[in-house]
Amino acid sequence: MSYFTSHFSTFGHEFWGLLVGGVANGVVYAMVAIGYTMVYGVLRLINFAHSEIFTSGAFASFFLMKALVGGSTPTATESVIYVILGVLVGGLAGALAALALERVAYRPLRRRNAPKLAYLISAIGASYFLFNFYGKEFGRINLSMDAPFTNNTVFTIFGAPVQMYYIVIVIVGVIMLVSLDRFVAKSKLGRGIRAVAQDAETASLMGVNIDRTISLTFVLGGFLGGVAGFLFAIPIGVVYTMGFTPALKAFSAAVLGGIGNLRGAVIGGLLLGIVESFSVAFFDGVYIDVVAFAVLVLVLMVRPTGILGERLGRSA
Amino acid sequence: MMLKVENAVVRYGAITALHGISFEVNQGEVVTLLGANGAGKSTTLRMLSGLHAPSSGTITFEGQEITKVKAHLFTTMGISHVPEGRRIFPEMTVQENLEMGAFGRKDNYDDDMERMFTLFPILKDRRKQLGGNLSGGEQQMLAISRAMMSHPRLLLLDEPSMGLAPMIIDQIFGIIAEIRKSGTTVLVVEQNAAQALRLADRGYVMENGVIAFSDDASKLLHDPRIRAVYLGESIE
Repeated sequence: MSYFTSHFSTFGHEFWGLLVGGVANGVVYAMVAIGYTMVYGVLRLINFAHSEIFTSGAFASFFLMKALVGGSTPTATESVIYVILGVLVGGLAGALAALALERVAYRPLRRRNAPKLAYLISAIGASYFLFNFYGKEFGRINLSMDAPFTNNTVFTIFGAPVQMYYIVIVIVGVIMLVSLDRFVAKSKLGRGIRAVAQDAETASLMGVNIDRTISLTFVLGGFLGGVAGFLFAIPIGVVYTMGFTPALKAFSAAVLGGIGNLRGAVIGGLLLGIVESFSVAFFDGVYIDVVAFAVLVLVLMVRPTGILGERLGRSA
Repeated sequence: MMLKVENAVVRYGAITALHGISFEVNQGEVVTLLGANGAGKSTTLRMLSGLHAPSSGTITFEGQEITKVKAHLFTTMGISHVPEGRRIFPEMTVQENLEMGAFGRKDNYDDDMERMFTLFPILKDRRKQLGGNLSGGEQQMLAISRAMMSHPRLLLLDEPSMGLAPMIIDQIFGIIAEIRKSGTTVLVVEQNAAQALRLADRGYVMENGVIAFSDDASKLLHDPRIRAVYLGESIE
């Protein structure tokens, strides 16, 4: 029996399990993709150091969990508190890293009207600096994270087990993504972000402080990226180079959904997560990245501006 | 005197756009800046709302020097700018565009929004539509009412008639007259010299980045230099 059919025959049984895993991964990609898409929306540049924002959130929450959990088995109440604290600390670390990055690597270039290529070099430089710094400070080996909760199976969907880890990701992710969407669509500061994305000069004539709005954009995207780093690190731990692959995929997800578009980033992230997950049912696991990027290329061939292809300016 | 510009020089890189211009605007006046394309009219307005700081010279508004003040602080100082080409936020609704006009305000502005909707009923009908889907005339009405949302004491208008049909232009100039009656001082840049001079009290004529001459609007309207260059046969 060929390789393909043997995998296909089990597909029906695996469907729900793969879907759950894919959605959970997709939520993590979406949270990282949001950071790329927001910065692109206001500055028209790709923040290639976003991977290190993700890593910053992971390391900060890693040390927090080490202090809080320290090898013990948390009670249910403790688990809830630890997850909330992990989200806050991971998110704040991501936000701070993003804010610092904007100040040090981008703002000086913006002041001098530097060409786009200069931002790219600056971003790559900042990225190498940060991950090598983490490597030097925290070691270059993978460190496993103290789990803030026990990863039991909570319930089953059509026989497929759904573990606590996936539930935590989906709950945290949905809260983050919906809050951000509503903030950008409805709040005054969100309106300022959209105004800068649509027409920065006119936004400043209306009284919008462009520098502060750009910082806010980095902080919001950095927060979500940092939280994603925390969630990602729970089962697999932390290492200084951990940001590279997930961030590259999240960037692809942002392009897939339509770079500059918030909801596009979410759709792109979910789609990428699910496609990756299901690719395991058809092909060998080692092809997971090949399939993911093949889908990206195929979608972009048909829709070069991505699935939604609009801009951050859009409110809904 | 409300606004005083003294020897202002503006440079774009190696190019000098304004070669030391001086002029003033008094409280309650409508003043127009006339001139050919590239004379420096838009640059002057951009300088007056902080988009391009002069490299030398001073700008004084209500007795305070504002030469180096940044663009986003102008609406709270009382200066509002309707930019060339209207620059409506295309992917925001009419209502959101008006809210953007009040961005610098901390007080409640619901009454002002209602006032704009009374002045421009068409905007009320379209309040949920995206700015990018409005006609040129509607966009100009929105751009003006957006600027009025910050309660400016000085309104800067850049080419309000650009690309609009004659009937709409009359309507827009009618609105500017109303704004002036309500006590707002207006500085308007216009290609349509005849219409601008009929509305204005005084006019400055710019040529190649300098102010060539100035006079009362009624005199400029009959000045042969103006009639030859800017009005052609459009009067009488």
